[in-house]
Amino acid sequence: MAEQRERPLSPHLGVWRWGPGMTASIFHRISGGALTVAGLAVLTWWLLALADGSEAYGDFAAIASTWVGIVVLVGLTWAFFQHLLSGIRHLVMDTGENLELRANKNGAILTFVGAILLTAALWFYILGVAE
Amino acid sequence: MSLGDSSTELGKIRGLGSAREGGEHWIAERVSSVALLLLGVWLIASLLMLPGLDHGTLREWLRTPLGAVPMALFVITAFYHGLDGMKVVVDDYVHEPGNNFALNTLLLFLAVGGAAFALFALGKIAFGGAA
Repeated sequence: MAEQRERPLSPHLGVWRWGPGMTASIFHRISGGALTVAGLAVLTWWLLALADGSEAYGDFAAIASTWVGIVVLVGLTWAFFQHLLSGIRHLVMDTGENLELRANKNGAILTFVGAILLTAALWFYILGVAE
Repeated sequence: MSLGDSSTELGKIRGLGSAREGGEHWIAERVSSVALLLLGVWLIASLLMLPGLDHGTLREWLRTPLGAVPMALFVITAFYHGLDGMKVVVDDYVHEPGNNFALNTLLLFLAVGGAAFALFALGKIAFGGAA
């Protein structure tokens, strides 16, 4: 009988050098999960509080304006923009465009830069108006 | 072969080949993502253009057709797309058929339930008397 040898395994996550494309991919999942779980919970809670009356909405607004509330809302806006931009990147790639290494890498980096800039711009505007 | 039908003619006859139903899911995920792109940008832009985010202003906005209708579409599409995305993640990481079925069923119940509560709240605001 032939000697049993270890069969080669297909390369898995651990063997690749970390790069912008992989980071964009996992952040797309994480931001999508966060938007689905936390984002939809906040959306539903917000609508229910609005429907319930001004007292219930006051409670919601009070919790939303604590620092924990603001961190959650800023986090959700960032997840929204990250998922939106990397979603657009995926739609472009679905058409077969932008798959060349350098252009693809630049696109992945752009989603992060864009999401941070849009989140910052939005919250500077919101907090600036609130002052 | 319709759009999103990923099986070949020969594969259909033999009952082999691709997963046969994945293509429709793939297309649906992308169509809902384009809808959410439009509705998400609409939601953020609308909130920024409102004179304030107090109870009265928000309710008044959600009682107009241009507030209530896109918001209802946003709620439905967001829960649909969120459930779709979670299913992809569950199918990727939960391989045991029983656990996979249980988790996907739980997510389906949560998404339908959450959407129902959000739509109820929105209906109460849109069709109810002035607060």
